[in-house]
Amino acid sequence: MKEAAVEERQPSYLARLRMEYRSSDKAGYIMVLPYVLHFLVFVAYPLVFAFILVFCKWDIVSPMEFVGLRNIQRLMRDTTFWTAVTNTLKFLALHIPLQIVFALLIAVVLNGPIKLRGFFRSAFFLPFVISGAVVTILWQQLYSTDAGVFNLILTKLGASPVPWLTDPSIAIYSIAVMATWKNVGFYIVLFLAGLQNVPRELYEAASIDGANRGEQFWKITMPLLRPVTLLVIMLSTIGGFGLFIEPFVMTGGGPAESTLSVVLYLYKNAFQFLKMGYAATIGFALALMIFLVTLVQRKLLDVEQPY
Amino acid sequence: MRTFKKILGYVILTAAALTFIYPFLWMISASFKPESEIGSLSLIPKNFTLAGYGAVFTQIPILKALFNSVFVSVISTACVLIFSSMVGYALARLRFIGRDTIFNLVLLTMMIPGQLTLIPMYVLIVKLGWADTYKALIVPAMMSNMGIIIFRQFFMSLPQELVDAARIDGCSDYEILFKIFWPLSKPSLVTVGITTFIGSWNEVLWPLIVIRKWDMMTMPQMVTLFSVGGLAGAQVAAEMAAATMLALPVVIAYLFFQNYFIESLALSGIKG
Repeated sequence: MKEAAVEERQPSYLARLRMEYRSSDKAGYIMVLPYVLHFLVFVAYPLVFAFILVFCKWDIVSPMEFVGLRNIQRLMRDTTFWTAVTNTLKFLALHIPLQIVFALLIAVVLNGPIKLRGFFRSAFFLPFVISGAVVTILWQQLYSTDAGVFNLILTKLGASPVPWLTDPSIAIYSIAVMATWKNVGFYIVLFLAGLQNVPRELYEAASIDGANRGEQFWKITMPLLRPVTLLVIMLSTIGGFGLFIEPFVMTGGGPAESTLSVVLYLYKNAFQFLKMGYAATIGFALALMIFLVTLVQRKLLDVEQPY
Repeated sequence: MRTFKKILGYVILTAAALTFIYPFLWMISASFKPESEIGSLSLIPKNFTLAGYGAVFTQIPILKALFNSVFVSVISTACVLIFSSMVGYALARLRFIGRDTIFNLVLLTMMIPGQLTLIPMYVLIVKLGWADTYKALIVPAMMSNMGIIIFRQFFMSLPQELVDAARIDGCSDYEILFKIFWPLSKPSLVTVGITTFIGSWNEVLWPLIVIRKWDMMTMPQMVTLFSVGGLAGAQVAAEMAAATMLALPVVIAYLFFQNYFIESLALSGIKG
């Protein structure tokens, strides 16, 4: 009976598949419909609107007013905006090297014959999982000049306390150290994955050729880790330009605008000064900077694999 | 020499691990300390007190915030899993006009930084009358480009015979996706699920913009405003108590599923 049924169906099988292929088109349209609607409402429309806002003055309450290029001209001359950009670059100048050195060092040690590797990896990854709100509220206290943990340790060692968040020349670097502490576990895992992909035979061949550990690291490990390093740099850069909760909680952008980030400045313009057009202009400038900086990084570092 | 290197390795790791764990332990301990003991490195409060927690519970509706956060994160994550896998399935397994355009759109929109559309998104939410509602937090977060890419890639790797057999049995594409592909896609579901959930749970900027009523706030938003807005007064213990409560659910989940967390977030970081 069963065989007969299969035989009976056999001729129509191909025809049926062909029909199914046609009707699958319809299912395809229905399945991507939520995406298309979401894209139109929450991506395309806001993008167009943001672009229009760049040429307008608007406080949400009164009607929009066309101002031409005035927002852009203002942005070019706005020293506060450029301070925020400089702060971001200062942040990255410390954050990226610190991130790479620590992540690489710990990943290399973890890649060796280490007991409790899982425990250590989990410990380093913990701050990355936890909300930035928790981390910043906690570190604000750790950095406290009078009663903070860092200054308690310093005074125990006989040094004088440091005004971590209240000295304009230090504050942004304090935030960079905290951000490194929060994210480094993530980059350790990325480097560890990269290290585990380096073929062991390369090291064996190199040691037969008489290369010592240091030479092996610089000539084999580092070049093969270049894609991971590029990823780490690009993700840190994007994160650095997106800095918000850290200065929002810890310093409010001060002292003397020394920790004002671009996103915090955008937020203040939009929701404290109600300058929607100008805030949208800052948003476009930010997106452009992220695009250009990561493009340059890609060009500089994305060289052909050596092996 | 070898043992020296080994010991050096352990010293580095232990010192590093301490700097990662000690601050959290200090935070938990400080939440149980009276104000006079805050300026201390000790992890054991001399005079144990719940005053910090008392201040949190009397000053802000923290339990409502916990409920809001759980509700918003669970619903958004469920939506992302359903909708992103549908789009991923269509892009991987179905043929229709505009398929490649949509995939390129997914790749392209992933590169747009969220801050670019922040202002118009806020205006849109206000115009829709969604400010101070769950809709403002959930609806824009119902789709994930990263999720679509992960599902598409995984679904492309599943054998065509599965689909053919299911079609012969009369399964629709929805049945193939949810009854046959989903049970085979646990790693992808876990990756997208954890990444979406953690992202939604930790988000502060967006709720800060669209939610103003204390009753509707998410937990990280409320704890942030509690600390920044001066509601905690100068009480460090209360701030640490609020921060501890905010960290607790994620830490507990992390303790049980740490390997899933690490692999999921690392993978989606690489894809993203």
